[in-house]
Amino acid sequence: MLSYIVRRILLTIPVLLGILLVTFLLVRAIPGDPCHSMLGEKASEEACARFDANNGLDKSVPVQLGIYINGIAHGDFGESIRFSRPITQILVERLPMTIELSLAGLFIAVSVGIPLGILAARKHNTGTDIATMTLANIGVSMPVFWLGLLLAYFFALVLKDTPFQLPPSGRLSAGLSSVPFYEVWGWDPGEGGKAKFWEFISNHEIFNSIVTAQWVIAKDAIKHLILPAVALATIPMSIITRMTRSSLLEVLSRDYVRTARAKGASEKRVVGKHALRNALLPVVTIVGLQLGALLGGAVLTETVFSLAGVGRMVFEAITARDYPIIQGFTVVIAMGYVLMNLLVDISYGFLDPRIRLE
Amino acid sequence: MDSEKNNKPLSPKAALIEQLASNEDLYLENPASVWRIAMRRFFRRKIGVAGTVIIGFLLLVAIFAPYIAPYEPNQVLIGIEDIRKRTPPCIHILDCPADQPQHIMGVDGNVRDVFSRIIYGSRVSLSLGLSTVTLAIVVGSALGAIAGYRGGFVDNLIMRIMDVILGFPAFLLAIAIVAVLGPGLKNALLAIAIVAIPSYARVTRASVLSIKEIDFVAASKALGASSTRLLLTRIMPNALTPLVVLGTLGIAGAILEAAGLSFLGLGAQPPLAEWGSMLASERNQIFSSPYLVIFPGFAIMLTVLGFNLMGDGLRDALDPSLNE
Repeated sequence: MLSYIVRRILLTIPVLLGILLVTFLLVRAIPGDPCHSMLGEKASEEACARFDANNGLDKSVPVQLGIYINGIAHGDFGESIRFSRPITQILVERLPMTIELSLAGLFIAVSVGIPLGILAARKHNTGTDIATMTLANIGVSMPVFWLGLLLAYFFALVLKDTPFQLPPSGRLSAGLSSVPFYEVWGWDPGEGGKAKFWEFISNHEIFNSIVTAQWVIAKDAIKHLILPAVALATIPMSIITRMTRSSLLEVLSRDYVRTARAKGASEKRVVGKHALRNALLPVVTIVGLQLGALLGGAVLTETVFSLAGVGRMVFEAITARDYPIIQGFTVVIAMGYVLMNLLVDISYGFLDPRIRLE
Repeated sequence: MDSEKNNKPLSPKAALIEQLASNEDLYLENPASVWRIAMRRFFRRKIGVAGTVIIGFLLLVAIFAPYIAPYEPNQVLIGIEDIRKRTPPCIHILDCPADQPQHIMGVDGNVRDVFSRIIYGSRVSLSLGLSTVTLAIVVGSALGAIAGYRGGFVDNLIMRIMDVILGFPAFLLAIAIVAVLGPGLKNALLAIAIVAIPSYARVTRASVLSIKEIDFVAASKALGASSTRLLLTRIMPNALTPLVVLGTLGIAGAILEAAGLSFLGLGAQPPLAEWGSMLASERNQIFSSPYLVIFPGFAIMLTVLGFNLMGDGLRDALDPSLNE
C-alpha cells in the first residue's frame, strides 16, 4: 500500500510542475506587452519600466520562471494590480467562501445522487427509474447560471413571506458579521504566516460560527448557501446518480449476487452488503472528477449569487485585466484539484486492493 | 448458378452444401455492417430517438431561421412599433389585445424581439458546438493516435502534456485561456476545444493500442503498408466508435461551456444573438422580467439535453457490452 501511495504522489509532481509552467506561460501569452495590456494603453514609459521591474519582467524568461515558482513555494502569488494588495491576502479572504460552497455542493451531490441512483437501479425499468433518469438527464443539461437565477427567482420572489423564502445573494444578511474563533476563545493568533492561516480558517463562516456557537450567524450563513450550493450541485448530482445506477445494475447482474439471492439473503442485504460495495467503486472516481466541475462552476455560481469567493474574483479580475489574480487563483484552484484527486486515488487504493498492484 | 454444374450428379454431401449455399436465408439476412446493426439498435431505444428528434428540430430551426423569425435578430423596434423595452410576452391567441404587437417571448432591454433572437441563436450554438468538437477531435485523436502507435518517448511526452491540461478544472482553464487571448466567440471556441483535447487523445490512444495488436494490422504491415496508411486506413476506422459517442456528448458539454463563457462576457459579444450572452445582459432583470432569462436558458438546456440523449443512445447502440 505504501509503495502505491508513493507512486501516486510521484505521478502528481510532474502534473503540478506542468500546471505552474502553463499558468506562467499563460500570462506571457497575452498579446502585446504585459505593461500596456495591464496598466492601460496610455501608460507612460517610466510607469512601464517601474512595472516591469516590480514584476521581474526585465529579467530573462527562465529567471522569471524561477522567481515565479520560488514565490509560490513560499506562499507568494504576487500582487493584484487593481487592488495593489498581495494575492495571498485576497486568497485568505476569498478562498474560504469557495471552499464552503464547493463542499456544500459536493455534499448535496453525493448525499442525494447516490441514494437516487440506488433507487433507480433497484426499481429498474419502472416508472421510478424512468422518472429519475429523465430528471438526471435534464439535470446534466442545466446551465448552472440559469438554474441559479431560476432558484433565486423562485425562492426569493415567488416564495417571499413564506417559511421557505431564501436569500438570493450575499453570504450573510446585512449588519451581521461573525467574530473569529480565536477572538472568541481569547487566543493569540500570532503574526505573519501563522496569523494568516488562522484568519483563513476563521473565514470559513459556517465552520467558524458553529465552533463558537454563534448560532444566528450559522443559520444565516447556511440559509445563504443553500441556493448556490443546490445550483452548483445539480450537474455533479445528476452524473453521480447515473453512474451509481449503471454501476449497480452491472453488479446486480453478476453471478455472486445471484448466489447471494439463491441462498436466501434479503434484497436489502443483497444490495447493501454484497452489491453496493463493488458498485460504488467507479462512483468514487467520478466524485473526484466532479470536483473539477464544482470548482469551475463556482465561478458562475458566485457571479450569479454575488458571493465574495475566488470564482467571483476571477470574473472581476477578467473585466479589470488583473492578470496576476487570474494566474494566482488558477494555480491555487488547479493545485487544490490535483491534490483532491490524489486523495481520491489513494482512497481508491484502500477500497479496491486490485488497484494497488497495477 | 452454373447450369453445367447442376447437371452433374452430386454426392449427398455436396448436394447439401449446394443447397445451403443457394439458400441465403440460412446465413445472415443481410451481411449487415457494424454501423447498420448499431443504427438499428439506436432507433429501437427511446432515449436516442428523443435526442435525435430534438437535434433534428433544432437543426431545422437553425437552417430556416429567416423564415421562422418574425424579425431580424438585431432589429431595434423603436420607431417601428409602438412598444417599450422589456415588454412582457404577448401572444394574440392567448388573450393578448390584438392592437398590441405580438412578441411571443417578449421584448428585451434593447427593444429587440426575443423570439427572433432565440431562433437565430440556435445557429450560433449549434455551429459553435460542432466546430469546437470537430477541432478537438481532429487534434485530440491525431495526438492520441501518434502516442498510441509510436509508444515510448513520444507517447510519454504527449500524454504527460494531456495530463497537465486535465489537471485543471476544465472550465477554469477555458476562462484563463480566453482571459489571456481576449474575449470573443472565436477565442472561446479555441479555449473550449483546447480543454477538450485530452479526453479525445486518451480514448484514441487506448483504442489504437488495442487495435494495433490485432492480426489484420500485422497482415497489412507484412504487405508493406506504411505507418501513415496503417493508421489512417486500418487502425483509425476501427477506433472511431468511442470517438463518435464521446464527440456527441462533447458537443453538449461544449455548448454548455460556451454559454457559460458568454455569460461571463468572455464568449459571444453583443449584439450577437447568442443565448448565453442574451441571458447575461438581462440577468439583473430576473425579478422584474423573468421571461428574458427563462427563454434563452431553456433554449440552452434543450440543445444540451438533445446532444446528451443522442450521445447516450449512441453509446448504448455502439457498445454491445452495455446491452442488458
